[in-house]
Amino acid sequence: MNNDAFEPKIVAFLCNWCTYTGADLAGTSRIQYPPNVRIIRLMCSGAVDPTYVLKPLLDGADGVLIGGCHPGDCHYQSGNYKARRRIIALKEILKSAGYDEDRVWLRWISASEGQRFAETVTKMTEFLKEKGPNPMRQKWAV
Amino acid sequence: MRIIIPVESGDALAAVRGFLKRLLEAEVVEAVLVPMETPAGTITPALVADPDLLDAANPLAPVMGLNAARVAGHVSIREPRGRIGAVLRSCELRALVELVKLQQASLEDLVTIGVDCLGTYDVAVYNAMRADGGVDLAAYLATARSGELAPQEGYAFRDGCQMCEKPHVEGADVTLELFGADLSAGIPVTLPDEMAEKLGLSPAEEDGRRAEVVEKVVAARTQVRDARFAEMRQRLDQEGIEGVFAACVRCHNCMTVCPICYCKTCLFKSPVFDHEPMQYMNWARRKGATRLPADTMLFHLTRLNHMVLSCVGCGMCTSDCPAELPVGLVFRAIGQQVQAVFDYVPGRDVEEPLPLVTFREDEWMEVGEE
Repeated sequence: MNNDAFEPKIVAFLCNWCTYTGADLAGTSRIQYPPNVRIIRLMCSGAVDPTYVLKPLLDGADGVLIGGCHPGDCHYQSGNYKARRRIIALKEILKSAGYDEDRVWLRWISASEGQRFAETVTKMTEFLKEKGPNPMRQKWAV
Repeated sequence: MRIIIPVESGDALAAVRGFLKRLLEAEVVEAVLVPMETPAGTITPALVADPDLLDAANPLAPVMGLNAARVAGHVSIREPRGRIGAVLRSCELRALVELVKLQQASLEDLVTIGVDCLGTYDVAVYNAMRADGGVDLAAYLATARSGELAPQEGYAFRDGCQMCEKPHVEGADVTLELFGADLSAGIPVTLPDEMAEKLGLSPAEEDGRRAEVVEKVVAARTQVRDARFAEMRQRLDQEGIEGVFAACVRCHNCMTVCPICYCKTCLFKSPVFDHEPMQYMNWARRKGATRLPADTMLFHLTRLNHMVLSCVGCGMCTSDCPAELPVGLVFRAIGQQVQAVFDYVPGRDVEEPLPLVTFREDEWMEVGEE
């Protein structure tokens, strides 16, 4: 497949208080970033059940981004710390089950970091373009 | 205190039954949760309050139809409850420890009576053995002495048992120490001093033989385990989970028999996965075809995420898989790697918090900051 024509699809689960607001800031500040990301807003990164990440990956999404508040800044005190452990476990499971764990990115992006949000999406899009499409796109027997 | 229950005319089972009866009669416990022989000759756990019925107790029968940690939860989860002696194998005890942490069981009024496990058969195999000449319990128990555990000629132990490196009981209130013992002569038991006093038992010499035999069994089983893990990891690398579980029919048996999967309504039995008919069409169009029932690998990967850190390796999932998939092996092989990340050993210590409900602020500081 010609990777130049390949536009990765990224599903992003962003916490309401930090990363979603950061994405909003990127927009209101007119910072340009690739349109490859589909954002789903959650109240907290700690509300991301692993199954939310797995479902798009098995359906063929090329990457999943989980965005939360920086450690110490969680509006529910500890949601992001729990998310950190959960995503570490998830990536380890993906790796041991024979999948690419590097399609899952966890990033702390605060409400004031519109620039960082745009950069993260840009980097992730470039990384996935380089990496190529998720093989799950072709696999029906999952 | 370590005592020896004397065995008369080589009948170890009668000695164990006698010991359990005394626990009831001396009012150490109000009831015993123990594998019982049903009138039909099969084995099932039961909560026994009448000492006379303990003549049908058979915690030495080499069969495992379910992991009894589940039912130990049923009888202990909340007050008011009875004071119960729960006779458990090592894997059942480890599962119970995890269930306590998951708040699905309580050790508060439970006296755990662990029995070293010499290996168990699947129910179907056990029934076939009974129909075909019978189960030679004496020969089976004789393997405890040397630690050269082996199934009866022509049969195989459960898949989970074949690679079980923790068949010996650790951390029970009362332990029937089968390993290293000549079970035709006596059964060594360790129990709290006050319980021994109540039962009128006096201490016996420690000969150190159990530790020696356990070491030997663990070494042999670890070797089998590591070889099977390596083989499975290679398969997972090459085929992915959709290759290894290709024949899955999503019957949810693995989840139903899993002692750790405790949710009353699993996400996968909830309306979340009742998709609209057109949704299936959309999926079929997108990939050209879509496997049905849908979300089969999602089910396994989600289950891995939800419970693999607590997987104690009892292997009931493999035993009850109609497609004969190596579910337990996959969960154990992956579990070992994930558990290592958190330095967590399921069933090790009831005080040790579950990795996903605890955290430290100063760990994995680099994650998320890239």
